[in-house]
Amino acid sequence: MLILECPYCGVKGEETEFHAGGEAHLKRFGPGSEDADFETYLFMRENPKGVHLERWRHANGCGKWFHAARCTMTLEVFGSYSAQTFEPPKEIKDKISAKRPGWSWRNFS
Amino acid sequence: MSNLVSALNHAKSAGFASVEETGLQGMITVRGDLASKAMAAAVKAATGAAVPATRKIEKGDTGAVAWMSPDELLVITSYEGVDSAIEAMKASLQGEHSMVVNVSDARAVFKVSGSAEDVMAKLAPVDFSTEAFQPGEFRRSRLAQVAAAMWKNDDGSFELVCFRSTAQYVFDLLSVSAANGGEVRHLS
Ligand SMILES: [Zn+2]
Repeated sequence: MLILECPYCGVKGEETEFHAGGEAHLKRFGPGSEDADFETYLFMRENPKGVHLERWRHANGCGKWFHAARCTMTLEVFGSYSAQTFEPPKEIKDKISAKRPGWSWRNFS
Repeated sequence: MSNLVSALNHAKSAGFASVEETGLQGMITVRGDLASKAMAAAVKAATGAAVPATRKIEKGDTGAVAWMSPDELLVITSYEGVDSAIEAMKASLQGEHSMVVNVSDARAVFKVSGSAEDVMAKLAPVDFSTEAFQPGEFRRSRLAQVAAAMWKNDDGSFELVCFRSTAQYVFDLLSVSAANGGEVRHLS
């Protein structure tokens, strides 16, 4: 069971109060983009054993989307952060580094 | 003129705690900048209360205001008072990016009295211990399978709001959870 903290209302709730929204920090390629970019945007996803960045929604709560950094193997949550960002804030990266030195995820480390 | 009734028209049940659908209640969804002066004035005009802090409910002379999300409040008034409260709020929020909508008939309201924590704790993934959940606290979560918002009154009773379409389900849930023999007595 994941315990997530919503950065918008401050509730520390268990997984069933939230809804998973897939991989975080995707760049959208829409109509008019190259086929290869569009395909990557649609289908190519990370599938890590370890550190993962995801989108979540506080569905049975304040309703807001946010980001969470967690470990797919241990279900440890390193932290959650605002949806209004293209990359994890330094504070979150530091928290991950403290627990998983040398981690990397896509372009982040 | 139609005879206005709430979702379950004051349905009641009693076990080790009592459950009641409290009938017609004025409810208004307000969205906008909660930190603005206009919002403070609007809320004051409608209820006499201040804008609540995060996850709190404030009570005033003519109603209550609950924090729903960083940009949303639920204003609770008498059923008859809704139209005038909306008018007053819209006047205060004139020119602001905001929304004031009457949702009274889209919701149902329940009250659980007695050993209410025992009833609630079986249904929602929320810490209802007296230290953690005090009067004035307002929490949106789920009751078993459906969304609900709940708060605790000064007398220890709980009130909760759910969608009207889930009223019967919620009433049945609360009634089963309050059935005699189902006391847990871990919290109270
Ligand atoms: Zn939230």
